Amino acid sequence: MPTFVYMTRCDGCGHCVDICPSDIMHIDKTVRRAVNIEPNMCWECYACVKACPQNAIDVRGYADFAPLGHSVRVLREEEKGTISWKIKFRDGREKNFLSPITTQPWGKNIPILGELELPDKEALNSQLLCFEPDALNIDTGLPVLDKAQLKEGVYY
Amino acid sequence: MLDMAHKQSAKFFFRNSEKAKKLATNPVSSGEKASIALITVAEDVLTSAEFCNTKRRIAHLLTMYGFVIFVTTTAIMIFCYASITAITPSILPLLWHIGAFMLCVGGYWFWFFIRVDVAVEGNPWYRVIRADLFILSLLATATFSLIWSYFQTSDISGWDTLFFVLFVLSSTVLFGGVLWSKFAHMFFKPAAAFQKRVTQADGSRENLPAPADRPEQFGLGIKREAPRHY
Repeated sequence: MPTFVYMTRCDGCGHCVDICPSDIMHIDKTVRRAVNIEPNMCWECYACVKACPQNAIDVRGYADFAPLGHSVRVLREEEKGTISWKIKFRDGREKNFLSPITTQPWGKNIPILGELELPDKEALNSQLLCFEPDALNIDTGLPVLDKAQLKEGVYY
Repeated sequence: MLDMAHKQSAKFFFRNSEKAKKLATNPVSSGEKASIALITVAEDVLTSAEFCNTKRRIAHLLTMYGFVIFVTTTAIMIFCYASITAITPSILPLLWHIGAFMLCVGGYWFWFFIRVDVAVEGNPWYRVIRADLFILSLLATATFSLIWSYFQTSDISGWDTLFFVLFVLSSTVLFGGVLWSKFAHMFFKPAAAFQKRVTQADGSRENLPAPADRPEQFGLGIKREAPRHY
């Protein structure tokens, strides 16, 4: 089941609009707050839940997987480089998780794949690469993403 | 009011606060609640601290205080100094103009740059929908009032009457067309901010995990840029 927005917490900043990979988080025209415009297409990736600075987004889990009475909430703190989860089961059990999301400052030491060496003949004939690039079936070459399209923090 | 009664908003919020109390790990005394209320007024109401975006915050402060000053001085001048023999203290028209000017600065800045339809969804500034009635009538009221004032002091008859009529019309549309939710935000936003602070103080935090006990050492990631990648 999809994400939903707590209207008392949302301030319409648009971080969820930017981050949603399915482009289904948008700003409602009348109330000027975020809204999931296509719940059927939501795959509960939790990107918007983590990106929201006000923690205004939550997920309604499917009843077979997450029955009523549960709570799953996440707190992403990028300056600390951590992501914390608090999961409450409906029988009262609670599990807390704290994991790192980076070990270096954001935006630094990102490997630039274009600057790495091309594979040599031996590597190209190895099991991993022997079907590249013909197996990709792209005669015109690979598509190129314009870096300006992507916001800071998105790397490729 | 009928709508609120029908939606049972009060029941919902009351039930929510009961649920939050059950989750509380350190109960908050009424004295602490009173101090939280004062902090809410000082920060969230008077300085609009809930806005994370600085530009939005400043624009909201300009329009909020501009509106309050403008409407208050208008009311005072109409009800206390309306007679022909009355001598209006010069501070009142001065504040009236300052209020209208603040409204214009904050309002136009909001309209052209900050409005989420423009900033986040990529619509052009001239794309107008029904929800824009409020901000447009507010801008019209402030703008026409300043133009009327100018023509009146320049003693250009005809034009001053025209802009006075436009000023009255736009303020009628503003007050007559304001949605309940827009008007009510003055009350429910501070209430929501107070409730949020109480949940942080009593440990329930709306089921969110506690902030991690780690140093802030990595800088900003996706928050470096304002969301504009529509």
